[in-house]
Amino acid sequence: MAILVYASSAEGKLKKSAFEVVTYGKKAAAILGCEVHALVLGAAEDAGKLGEYGAAKVFHLSDAGLENFDSQTHANVTAQVADKIGATLVLCAHDSFGKSLVGRLAVRLNAGAVSGANSLPSMDGGFAVNKNVFSGKAIATYTISSDKRVISVMGNTFPPEVVGNAVQPESIDVTIPANRVRVKEVKTVKGTVPLPEAELVVSAGRGVKASENWGIIEELANTISATTACSRPVADMGWRPHHEHVGQTGVAIRPNLYIAIGISGAIQHLAGVNQSKTIVVINKDPEAPFFKAADYGVVGDLFDVVPKLTAAIKKHQSS
Amino acid sequence: MKLLVCVSKTPDTTTKISFTDNDTNFNTQGVQFIMNPYDEWYALVRALELKEQLGSGTVTLINIGPADNDTVIRKGLAIGADDAVRIDADPSNSFFVAKQIAEYAKAQSYDIIFLGKETIDYNGAEVGSVVAELVDMPFISFATHLEVSGNTATVTRDIEGGSEVLEVDTPFVISAAKGLAEQRIPNMRGIMMAKRKPLNVVTPVEADGMVSVTKYELPTGKTACKYVDADNMDELVSLLHNEAKVI
Repeated sequence: MAILVYASSAEGKLKKSAFEVVTYGKKAAAILGCEVHALVLGAAEDAGKLGEYGAAKVFHLSDAGLENFDSQTHANVTAQVADKIGATLVLCAHDSFGKSLVGRLAVRLNAGAVSGANSLPSMDGGFAVNKNVFSGKAIATYTISSDKRVISVMGNTFPPEVVGNAVQPESIDVTIPANRVRVKEVKTVKGTVPLPEAELVVSAGRGVKASENWGIIEELANTISATTACSRPVADMGWRPHHEHVGQTGVAIRPNLYIAIGISGAIQHLAGVNQSKTIVVINKDPEAPFFKAADYGVVGDLFDVVPKLTAAIKKHQSS
Repeated sequence: MKLLVCVSKTPDTTTKISFTDNDTNFNTQGVQFIMNPYDEWYALVRALELKEQLGSGTVTLINIGPADNDTVIRKGLAIGADDAVRIDADPSNSFFVAKQIAEYAKAQSYDIIFLGKETIDYNGAEVGSVVAELVDMPFISFATHLEVSGNTATVTRDIEGGSEVLEVDTPFVISAAKGLAEQRIPNMRGIMMAKRKPLNVVTPVEADGMVSVTKYELPTGKTACKYVDADNMDELVSLLHNEAKVI
């Protein structure tokens, strides 16, 4: 019996989620009484580092056919490794790639699956985990009745914890099927933390009035090394790129700090951000519904408040 | 091209959520149900556009649910789908739903199977990948752009912090995100025609998802918002540093 973690990598390095999921795996292993092993597919120079987070073994396969993500190929290979090591629990991140692995792995391993878990397994009365449902408006406990289980773990929920030493990655014998999806181009923004991984997010809405006013938002974000985001109207009007749009139809995030500037807080926006640990709302309308979901609120004109907040943070940083 | 669009019935986004039977079931009393927006606005509309561009083909809807779901299905027909299939069963979990879709699709040889990126109730995003595995097809998730030329499709999909452009040959399964198409509102002619379009009811196959919801709860309420004066940003910084410990 073992736990297998599918650890995601991008551009030759492990993603933050890989460390989070191994940390989750290590904690789950303590509950189930077994070891956690990690599988890295594609180039990742730091694969062995997963040992520091609790992986007893790291399997690393960097064959060319695994470099680009194809859910069919990656699920096939992951299932082969799971069978070889006798894994009864397979974990991956609940990100754009992990979400398309869960179902395939469940079919291949004849396992019950839960996607987007935000609690460790509980063994009282069967194997159960919690996840948010109804866009964060409720929490459901899912009980899995099968002997094998597949779970994707919600991001920014289990902070990586160093518990040991790096291990030497090893190979494992598998058959790699041909990819049926051909990746032509990958366009990612360089130099910033992708939104779903960001711990600090500064976000603005229609209140900024025009794209040329974005500078004050960016300056605040740069001051605390936060990632910028926006509400749907801002993305729809083309003021900001589509991938910065958070909310129900955009990206769902759960950072430690979400600063919402000039966003009224429509239910569709809240659905994508209501899991944030601390929410600050800056809005000139004291009746803005977002204040109901906020931890801290500032009623005022953003063009006045935001530069003051940036200055106050700079003062704090230099003291 | 033969196109299949999987549609779910979900509670409207603004629904107030509550539970019955000692918090083991979702309380549907008084809930307004709609077609899952990702299925309707993006998956279905892009399928219809493809059929229009190619000048031939069929768009079939598939839904798993009781007879009540026919209202939602008729709306899809009013928007423009040619016909529909309803698998007459309670859509108890993702695997069960996906198995019904896969069994039906296997016998029909569709070129593309569309669905929304997730449903707005259980937010699992699982059905697409289970269907793809069961019918042995590639699966492209979170698609924001799709063009088809002959048997080859070019797809753009969202990934963390950017996008990816892919090529894939039919048949395949695709999940639709915002940007894939623009919402269409059914017109009166569409609504009248929908009444006469075929809606076949099919008996389900057996499937055990091995997963069940055993308890629901509501999140613990946020403590009331602390207001900070707009002229006192030092206080906000101090709260974020000392109390929330986030900066």
